[in-house]
Amino acid sequence: MKYLDEYRDGKLTRRLLKEIAETVTQPWKLMEVCGGQTHSIIKSGLDQLLPPGLELVHGPGCPVCVTPLELIDKAIALASNPNVIFTSFGDMLRVPGSSQDLFSVKAAGGDVRIVYSPLDSLKVALQNPDKTVVFFGIGFETTAPANAMAVVQAKKQHIENFAMLVSHVTVPPAIVALMESPDVQVNGFLAAGHVCTVMGYWEYEPLAEKYNVPIVVTGFEPVDLARGILMCAKQLEQGRAQVENAYARSVQSAGNLPAQKIINQAFEACDRPWRGIGVIPQSGYRLRPDYAQYDAELQFPELQQISPEESELCISGQVLQGIIKPNGCPAFGKQCTPLTPLGATMVSSEGACAAYFRYGRHEQVSQHLAVQALD
Amino acid sequence: MCLGVPGKVIQIYEADGMKMGKVDFGGVVKEACLEYLPDIQVGSYTIVHVGFGISELDEQEAQQTLEMLRELDMLADEIPELADL
Repeated sequence: MKYLDEYRDGKLTRRLLKEIAETVTQPWKLMEVCGGQTHSIIKSGLDQLLPPGLELVHGPGCPVCVTPLELIDKAIALASNPNVIFTSFGDMLRVPGSSQDLFSVKAAGGDVRIVYSPLDSLKVALQNPDKTVVFFGIGFETTAPANAMAVVQAKKQHIENFAMLVSHVTVPPAIVALMESPDVQVNGFLAAGHVCTVMGYWEYEPLAEKYNVPIVVTGFEPVDLARGILMCAKQLEQGRAQVENAYARSVQSAGNLPAQKIINQAFEACDRPWRGIGVIPQSGYRLRPDYAQYDAELQFPELQQISPEESELCISGQVLQGIIKPNGCPAFGKQCTPLTPLGATMVSSEGACAAYFRYGRHEQVSQHLAVQALD
Repeated sequence: MCLGVPGKVIQIYEADGMKMGKVDFGGVVKEACLEYLPDIQVGSYTIVHVGFGISELDEQEAQQTLEMLRELDMLADEIPELADL
């Protein structure tokens, strides 16, 4: 397949790894922001082929993982409503709520449907005029243009039995929160290639400068990832902190302007809680007042009563900030497995815990092992 | 969630006032909304995320990067220990 196979070339990846090994002279910690990148790294074993001291820590870029428990419980309440057809991306169905997940609601007779595109929800609404179709609008900036288009089209086509439960998050405020946190030690970032495809990378330039941290826009295949790591390591070794683009076949500095226009038409920035991390100022999107009629939390005011407490056993917030690795969690692979998940990071196809479980990283390690090895 | 898959645009049409298209992912053909790619033509490649084309892949840029990497790779053949890496 063009644009995939050539970026999975083992020989090229090995050549880049060799150059990384020749570049690095001291320990550095890089964070890949996106959970899709985490899975690709763990699947290909790229992290284990890096020179000693160059460590990859996994970031918060998994929308399923950071969607707050409160929103999951609200989704479950909506899906349990006999007058509602609840539509969602498949990843959300197994995320544990306080007492159950969306799959259990479906098993108990709730009308929960997996959609491929948010626009499919509008088709379901048109086919079922006697029900309200509620779509779980989650995601980062990559998904925002698609979800925004669903509400814009709903209004344009006068579809009134449609609503969206919105839990949108954005990357730059999360990078700020990570850099401001005393627990997080990251020397460089691999920025998420598809988020930047939509938004561009100009937003990251002031961050690289303010926090003196290199940020390299990176793709998802092993060659792309190795190239992003190399460019980031080179900057660190040379004492530079700039934004560079290692995914130029898809990403331009300004991003996709027509997509940004629709995002801004439907959404506005708001404070947003991230599961396990807490509220990050201006880190999310909510529907603009013009589209308030499609806001599920306004259409179903009874949802306001739902405000659950998080489990104390799950420490996914620390995993999502790169403070610990999944196999550094005492519950990993024991109380917490993909079949009995304590948190969303164990079920999402982008969750770091799920990646470690799936690709056999079961050995329990001390989080400071790599650093100790260098001392 | 931010998974994007590259595919070739094989047909473009309009539906509900939106630019839509059929995209071929190595044999699997799916519908995608191409509203965010006003200039894309049949035969071009796009990255599709949740049923939306989010970028037109830049063929020239891709070729240049690959050529640069392959040049590195040719140099690498002169370094014997690479074969063991």
